[in-house]
Amino acid sequence: MTYATCLACRECGREFPLEPLHVCDFCFGPLEVAYDHDGIQSRVTRERIEAGPRSIWRYIDFLPVDEDFIVDLNVGWTPLLKAERLAERLGMRELWIKNDTCNPSWSFKDRVVAVASSRARQLGFKTLACASTGNLANSVSAHAARAGMDAIVFIPHDLEAGKVLGSAIYNPTIVSVNGSYDDVNRLCSELADNRHWAFVNINVRPYYAEGSRTLAYEVAEQLGWRAPRQVVAPMASGSLFTKIHKGFQEFQRYGLIEETPVRMIGAQAEGCSPITTAWRNETTNIRPVKPDTIAKSLAIGNPADGYYALKTMKRTDGGSTAVTDPEVVEGIQMLAECEGVFAETAGGVTIAGLRQAIETGQIDPDETTVAFITGGGLKTADAVVEHVTQPIPVEGTLQSFEDAFAEAPQAVGVGD
Amino acid sequence: MATRRVRFTFEGDAVKEPVIYLVGHEFDVVTNIRMADVEHDFGWVVLELDGDHDEIDRALAWVEAKGVRIDPVAGDVVES
Repeated sequence: MTYATCLACRECGREFPLEPLHVCDFCFGPLEVAYDHDGIQSRVTRERIEAGPRSIWRYIDFLPVDEDFIVDLNVGWTPLLKAERLAERLGMRELWIKNDTCNPSWSFKDRVVAVASSRARQLGFKTLACASTGNLANSVSAHAARAGMDAIVFIPHDLEAGKVLGSAIYNPTIVSVNGSYDDVNRLCSELADNRHWAFVNINVRPYYAEGSRTLAYEVAEQLGWRAPRQVVAPMASGSLFTKIHKGFQEFQRYGLIEETPVRMIGAQAEGCSPITTAWRNETTNIRPVKPDTIAKSLAIGNPADGYYALKTMKRTDGGSTAVTDPEVVEGIQMLAECEGVFAETAGGVTIAGLRQAIETGQIDPDETTVAFITGGGLKTADAVVEHVTQPIPVEGTLQSFEDAFAEAPQAVGVGD
Repeated sequence: MATRRVRFTFEGDAVKEPVIYLVGHEFDVVTNIRMADVEHDFGWVVLELDGDHDEIDRALAWVEAKGVRIDPVAGDVVES
């Protein structure tokens, strides 16, 4: 049984039943799942969690889902890698990489969609829906297939064919909307009100967002039941960022880890950095922007949880960064070359943001730091294809190889 | 009849115009403000619009033509 008790407005605190609702009827503030904390406290122990499955479902006591309704693709329990070579390159003492590229559809969206699809099934929905340009649609389509539910995915009409494939293979209904990005936004918001579909990030968004907390739970457990002192995470809507912090707070509240302040540092691409801009201008008023960056998975110009991300930064003595597109590519390359992890552009934003945070004094290089890598590199291969090592052409003879190898700049540093 | 919940974002000169008053005056639409934060050169207003579906669409197109950004109340819903 779940310990979720109701939905509560983050602004006015009014409570609503655990239904497909996402906005407070009174003040239009966002709704969030509330829990029976005493119930959770009486049940959870480190031993109980450690005995659970090697997936996000080891944390089911913290999630708004009953066990009978789980849609299980074995999401989560992704590697936490000690990044010694990258730490050395950045001048850090202890850096860890949470590698969420290892999820079933190769991004952290599987965490949120696993929870949203399970709750949707519990609420009696037969159809999962979303508006997406990539990762979210992939995950919704995969989870619907796994659950035997229908899936309907809305995409902008000009989305590249390669990005559609990662969803199309699961055979959802794909609707290509002939209009601007804003038109897709509006259409889906209206449909969420009019159709009995579970739009994972609209009418079941309160449940969906809860899945991100499992990132913090896993990191704390994988660090040996402790929280890091500093976190760098990418920001699109800002939801992931705030929920990671909430996850660490909850583990502290339930006595699973010691009370340690965790400083939260956000990372955005300069071409879509409304949250970082507000942070730098010392305001909580976020000015929407038209995204223009290669980091498409972070390209949310009007972030729903940006205000809360700013509050989290302030509360944790954190910070915020914005990096250029060339820095994003450098970040992807640094992570791949130092640690063997191929991240999508959001990961490049995180690593470049980490470097910027060190340079600007927002991060203490001597404190334990975790950087969150949220999606796999093959999703955004176009961003780096021009920047990677080219093959050395040779004939099939030893002489040809020796001649070419001696001349090739790519061979520099290759020893016997 | 339909109800629409939207967020208007005003920048620059648009802040000075009585846009919401004019929506109620020019169109058969009832406006109901629920949250707002307005500074001298920037502001946002979250409001509910009640009226005929097509009339709301016309009113929103008119507001947009005034240079006001209109978003769903929950922010961007198109994610990567």
